[in-house]
Amino acid sequence: MSLNSTQLKHVAHLSRIAVDEAQIPAMLQDLNAILAFAEQLQDPRLDHLAPMAHPLDQTQPLRPDVVTEVNDRGRLQAGAPAVEQGLFLVPQVIES
Amino acid sequence: MSLYKQSLAELRAGLDTREFSARELTEAFLARMGTHDGVLNSFISRTPEAALLAADQADVRIAAGENAPLLGIPYAHKDIFCTQGVRTTCGSKMLGEWVAPYDATVHQRLNAAGAVMLGKTNMDEFAMGSSNENSAFGAVRNPWDHTAVPGGSSGGSAAAVAARLVPWATGTDTGGSIRQPAAYCGVTGIKPTYGRVSRYGMIAYASSLDQGGVLAASAADCAIGLQVIAGHDPRDSTSAAQPVPDYSAYLNQPLAGVRIGVPRQWFTAGLDATVAARIEDALRVFEQQGAIRVDIDLPDAELALAAYYLIAPAEASSNLSRFDGVRFGYRCAEPRDLMDLYERSRSEGFGAEVKRRILIGTYALSAGYYDAFYGRAQRARRQVAENFAAAFAQCDVIAGPVAPTVAFDLGAHASDPATMYLEDIYTIPVNLAGLPGMSIPVGFSGLRPVGMQLIGAPFTEARLLATAHQYQQQTDWHLRVPAAYEEGSL
Amino acid sequence: MSAHSRWEAVIGLEIHAQLATKSKIFSGAATTFGAEPNAQACAVDLGLPGVLPVLNAEAVHMAALFGLAIDAEVALESTFDRKNYFYPDLPKGYQISQLAQPIVNGGQVVITLGEGETAEQKTVRVTRAHLEEDAGKSLHEDFAGMTGIDLNRAGTPLIEIVSEPDMSSAAEAVAYARKVHAIVQYLGICDGNMQEGSFRVDANVSVRPKGQTSLGTRTEVKNVNSFRFLERAILFEIERQIELIEDGGTVQQQTRLYDPDKDETRMMRTKEAADDYRYFPDPDLLPVVIEPATLAIWRDSLPELPDAKARRYQSEYGLTPYDAAVLTSSKETAVYFEQTLGALADRLPDQVADAKLCANWVTGAIAAQLNKTGLAIGDSPVTASSLAQLLVRIVDNTLSNKLAREVFEAMWAGEGEADAIIDARGLKQITDSSAIEALVDAILAKNPDKVAEYRSGKDKLFGFFVGQAMKAAGGKANPQQLNEILQARLGPPGDQA
Repeated sequence: MSLNSTQLKHVAHLSRIAVDEAQIPAMLQDLNAILAFAEQLQDPRLDHLAPMAHPLDQTQPLRPDVVTEVNDRGRLQAGAPAVEQGLFLVPQVIES
Repeated sequence: MSLYKQSLAELRAGLDTREFSARELTEAFLARMGTHDGVLNSFISRTPEAALLAADQADVRIAAGENAPLLGIPYAHKDIFCTQGVRTTCGSKMLGEWVAPYDATVHQRLNAAGAVMLGKTNMDEFAMGSSNENSAFGAVRNPWDHTAVPGGSSGGSAAAVAARLVPWATGTDTGGSIRQPAAYCGVTGIKPTYGRVSRYGMIAYASSLDQGGVLAASAADCAIGLQVIAGHDPRDSTSAAQPVPDYSAYLNQPLAGVRIGVPRQWFTAGLDATVAARIEDALRVFEQQGAIRVDIDLPDAELALAAYYLIAPAEASSNLSRFDGVRFGYRCAEPRDLMDLYERSRSEGFGAEVKRRILIGTYALSAGYYDAFYGRAQRARRQVAENFAAAFAQCDVIAGPVAPTVAFDLGAHASDPATMYLEDIYTIPVNLAGLPGMSIPVGFSGLRPVGMQLIGAPFTEARLLATAHQYQQQTDWHLRVPAAYEEGSL
Repeated sequence: MSAHSRWEAVIGLEIHAQLATKSKIFSGAATTFGAEPNAQACAVDLGLPGVLPVLNAEAVHMAALFGLAIDAEVALESTFDRKNYFYPDLPKGYQISQLAQPIVNGGQVVITLGEGETAEQKTVRVTRAHLEEDAGKSLHEDFAGMTGIDLNRAGTPLIEIVSEPDMSSAAEAVAYARKVHAIVQYLGICDGNMQEGSFRVDANVSVRPKGQTSLGTRTEVKNVNSFRFLERAILFEIERQIELIEDGGTVQQQTRLYDPDKDETRMMRTKEAADDYRYFPDPDLLPVVIEPATLAIWRDSLPELPDAKARRYQSEYGLTPYDAAVLTSSKETAVYFEQTLGALADRLPDQVADAKLCANWVTGAIAAQLNKTGLAIGDSPVTASSLAQLLVRIVDNTLSNKLAREVFEAMWAGEGEADAIIDARGLKQITDSSAIEALVDAILAKNPDKVAEYRSGKDKLFGFFVGQAMKAAGGKANPQQLNEILQARLGPPGDQA
């Protein structure tokens, strides 16, 4: 269940986190020490148990279809890194 | 008695009889904060002007005859709760300048109750850690021993309460982050049943494990704080529908006949001998009051640890994807393109522990690994919950250690994060099962406090608080204040 | 595909329909189209730290109605999953969707291909339909190398309807898409406005040698916002893939965009195996439960759906299957037809309203004008009520069909109601027999040689007399009466030598 360098880079890419080459050995060591705990999960007792997503034994509450939020754009955008004409700006995204 | 040592009930009485005003009370605690927090570093943001304003408003309400339990009484918020108009950092550079545009439900309730917030406390970044050493705002010192950690992730709240810079503080607990720092700092803390306290505005680490709670000097004080913040919130789909009982009214339920379950498997070689001894002492006090000690089985602690260290990072890896430099928070300088914006903002904004957990979590959910990791971990979770259910067939309250050791030295685990994770072995199972858990101070090992954990079946906070309260009627560990933080009369 | 009879196409469609709720699926912000950027993006929609989703009851209701309408199984318990990926218009870095336990499973849609006697029905199976939240929008122009993100649309409820790859031609795909479009409109759960993006169709297209059972590599075609473009895009893609394979190449699994200006598809991005969405159950949401009794009430509340309505038009009004299909092809058209028929019935209470007449005018004159002007029937300048009044004047013989067309054109051009135009232009039909007889006698008197020719056998001259008489009548003679009177006056052709 341990991670190698290629997998680490792939996972880092999926997470949009940069890892430079120098950091990789130490990171692998740390991550694999943690993943070693996962050996415990091979326990065959678990084969027959249903996964538990939630400790609460409740079902999803439903909200009535009513508009409750008003335009609060000024306040919600106040801390934004880059805004123009009400739009959040990011470096251009090329689609094709 | 000096103001800083008074219980919430005593402070209430003092305010209501006009012995002192809310403003005077607030000033007193602000002064202590000014004197002591340079060393402790338990606060990230201090809000003295707003606090005095709130205190003045409380004085008006008190003068009008209102006597709500927390009205005019200072407290501190773990910096994980969104407080409108006030910086909310989660201990991270990613939110280092972020001013929340809205209030967490917990904060709204405390405001309505007239409580006076003195500031936002330090914490492990995004609640990931057990020592408060993972904060972008520096480590926090343990008031009992400045070379020790206060515990984490609610280290700032625990230290602030232990040093009596505030009479009580909010915290959050995902794998032990209220109970363990409470134990390390010799204060009382309660993590309620999952769903008891609203998570709306409580920045998420692991959504199915996170729960907001209270740290204070005593169970009686915790009861008062919990009363205000607990309850159903329609803005949180995972908020429990159960009505909230009057916790304070149940505190004096006697211990006679209460079955205290003590898990055999928790008292092994891994548990520090002095910690074990202090807990045995505490159990004797319970027995003296008529409680019945029952030895129970609570196996699978390693299984719980494995499950937690896959589930929590998995949920966190997804919850933290919103921190991308686009709409709020830290953005790297001059991003070259979108990928650069994401990668550099996140790599520069997050600390090492957070990045580790995101990577583990992403891996655990990734194609081909879901069943082996996350899927399996959720089954282990059910096993843990079933183990507790079986245990509660034989006892009313489970008692045992909070952590295998007392507070460790600052820097002790720096080179080996995995060993840090073992600190949570007794607290994690409680979060997996969604149960309520408390930590109460039961003595010392040298300078460093020892805490005992009390665990209950779902929604039995009242019984837990009462059990703790009865113990605290017979002992005074909870009244101790570190010598460095005592002072002449205020 | 006649030129490529050794190939067959396999097509599946994924349709994203925006549900017509007032508020978003997980927050109380409004969903109205066209607001100022980010004016309808509340804290929850922006994915700010600490916010949480709460499910809109109406989204569940609408999704369930769709399931019931296509005879699918509506799950009494369904769950939400997170689909994780990074994109600026996806604020949380994940989309809340349903993977493991969707709200609708299975189902089918019947489509009709061709018309008249060669019309065929085909059943297209639906794999599933699930609830999910829409993302925001990116605006690429106007920002000097930056892209602007508007999150108003983020959080709008969608149902994603996935078909089995049961379609084998662009025509079938379009018929299916149109049918689903009609169904969601009939149910009132989606306004179907493709220009505004409330009904989006993606096509998965592959080809294989005829008779082969395994599937070829498929591509996904996106960005088609009209049925016409959908058809063209699929046709292009099928041809492209066939040519590629015949030239010795292999089809790459990709996402392609349709370019309507060049009428071609081009690659958008390679569908990497590394598109790892890391689905897992959303821990902020609990299982969605529908009570059987509630579902039963919803089932009973279903309106008359297109197929049932078309069958009723045939049995109750005697319309042809083709006309019934055209009239029920969209809710607006059916409503227009029924309103016209209803108004006609109200105004002529002593007779059974002529449904076929209404049908002819709606599928004929109205449809032609709508095609020409590109208007939707709801925006027709001739309302159902106005059309009904024109039809009244046909039924009561005020107007011949030919003149009625003239009046219709004038109505469409905005000259007013039928009666006003008839009066203004003096178009009332001449139905007075003696007047027509007088006209006919005058024409016959003016053309004695032609009369003689007709009577000696040149029967084609009948048309000449009709034309002349009609001209003299200013086009207003009732054609039937004119015919009868002319025949009477002329006698049978070739009888008198």
